[in-house]
Amino acid sequence: MATYAAPGADGSVVRFAPRYDHYIGGEYVPPATGQYFENPTPVTGEVFTEIARGTAADVDRALDAAHGAAPAWGRTSPAERAVVLNKIADRMEANLEALAVAETWDNGKAVRETLAADLPLAVDHFRYFAGAIRAQEGGISEIEEGLVAYHFHEPLGVVGQIIPWNFPILMAVWKLAPALAAGNAVVLKPAEQTPASIHVLLDIIGDLLPPGVLNVVNGFGVEAGKPLASSSRIRKIAFTGETTTGRLIMQYASENIIPVTLELGGKSPNIFFADVAAAQDAFYDKAQEGFAMFALNQGEVCTCPSRALIQSSIYDQFLGDVVKRTEAIKQGHPLDTETMIGAQASNDQLEKILSYIDIGKQEGARVATGGARADLGGDLAGGYYVQPTIFEGDNKMRIFQEEIFGPVVSVTRFDDYADAVKIANDTLYGLGAGVWSRDANTAYRAGREIQAGRVWVNNYHSYPAHAAFGGYKQSGIGRENHKMMLDHYQQTKNLLVSYSDQALGFF
Amino acid sequence: MDRVAMTEEAAVVLRRLRVAHGPLMFHQSGGCCDGSSPMCYPAGEFRTGASDVLLGNLAVPGVEEEVPVWMSVSQFEYWRHTHLTIDVVPGRGGGFSLEAPEGVRFLIRSRLLTEEELAAL
Repeated sequence: MATYAAPGADGSVVRFAPRYDHYIGGEYVPPATGQYFENPTPVTGEVFTEIARGTAADVDRALDAAHGAAPAWGRTSPAERAVVLNKIADRMEANLEALAVAETWDNGKAVRETLAADLPLAVDHFRYFAGAIRAQEGGISEIEEGLVAYHFHEPLGVVGQIIPWNFPILMAVWKLAPALAAGNAVVLKPAEQTPASIHVLLDIIGDLLPPGVLNVVNGFGVEAGKPLASSSRIRKIAFTGETTTGRLIMQYASENIIPVTLELGGKSPNIFFADVAAAQDAFYDKAQEGFAMFALNQGEVCTCPSRALIQSSIYDQFLGDVVKRTEAIKQGHPLDTETMIGAQASNDQLEKILSYIDIGKQEGARVATGGARADLGGDLAGGYYVQPTIFEGDNKMRIFQEEIFGPVVSVTRFDDYADAVKIANDTLYGLGAGVWSRDANTAYRAGREIQAGRVWVNNYHSYPAHAAFGGYKQSGIGRENHKMMLDHYQQTKNLLVSYSDQALGFF
Repeated sequence: MDRVAMTEEAAVVLRRLRVAHGPLMFHQSGGCCDGSSPMCYPAGEFRTGASDVLLGNLAVPGVEEEVPVWMSVSQFEYWRHTHLTIDVVPGRGGGFSLEAPEGVRFLIRSRLLTEEELAAL
């Protein structure tokens, strides 16, 4: 085991600047208003840097830079852009520890996850889109003899991206890699809860991109996000967040007639059919781990398997086993490589989770384990920690219907296959789902019947590039993490060419 | 009988926001990250329609007009048995909600409606 030194302390692999401005046109630019806001680490609650408080004037300046850079960047060859993306990936890989520790300090998540998941996935994502853009082909259709339709991919131009706080670097990369690969210039706004780690990334990779191709404006949603999302100078807006803001962004987009991609969360069912417990073997062990995945990233994942559906005939046995599994989750200092669950990202997030635990108890749900804030003492006493919590209840309860975004799972039972699918689909959302069964037919049928964009079968929480990710129902519009994302960042140019010298004969 | 209320602390923040931004509205969010939180906007900023339900209007002492509180109809189906109180806690961010730059965040606290209250609604 090892515990990384806190950023800025002796021996730390990373150091944050005391202040971050906006990154515009390849350089750091102070905010127009001269105002900054403090950024605390969720690990201890202490402020470690201050961040430019962006406004419409800063967004405009970033859009100027992006519009200046977009034409030339859009004309580079796919091969040139792929080289840049691969270099970005190489630099990130060479600085992986520093980025992982920075991400943990900004967000509160366990460094074990940033080292093994967030950063390796981000690195691979750039490589994937470097390959995808090289391999992308346009189309040629011979409509009839002498009449040919050419289809070209063209970049949109300047696009806006608003990033969530749960995977600050990885979610930025999910949006940046396809946008840059497709030849767009970007104005990106990080979440105000986690605005710092992306600047560590920019320190490492900023020089690899032409100035103005990637611009980062910090600030609050209402002050910086709104001017970006409602600007008539972007050709697309991408957002990950919640439903009300998603709707508001669609409204702004409608004023400018631009496309949106939205990833708006879920209440993902994780279904355990009885045959899971047919043997006490490696698969049974894996299924229990699959249940405990609700605690991954402190439950702050849009696809958190926050509803567990267990078949009645194995309910007591399986629940007993997964309670033990959950109680074995090691909570501790996020910079300790043994720690499995770290801090929630902010105080208001902590308060919200506790308010849901409260309503769950009021509605009559039974707490099987956890159910309270965790006080880890020492210098972590000011941090935002919650005990991994298992509720037993009914799918109509609010804790089964609302995304708590914490390490809280709500468990219910089902009698048969039809009952399982009915409960699974009784939700406003449709982002993720899990199906666990030793019977391939059952797993396949359930996977197809569940109304969700991503159904994990006999696994959960895996996010490899080249597996499309996105929502059904109120979980959003569009797919990330796959080459089809290139389409979300490209125009289609059709050139319809006649190779005939004969008049039509109409006039 | 009301479905929605606010704490005195929330009223203090609303009075401040009213001065800075004019008339206000809430729309209760669902889903990811900052979801499940009440979003506060300038009145009319967020377009409500047939897919929304008006939960109630908050009479904020010192504020001339009432502050409407909206929620989507589909979400309301799962929330209708609960009474909501808009509170405020120290915090950071939350979509485009107006209070975020002040270092506070509106938060919903809930309790079950009694059978008598449900009958009255």
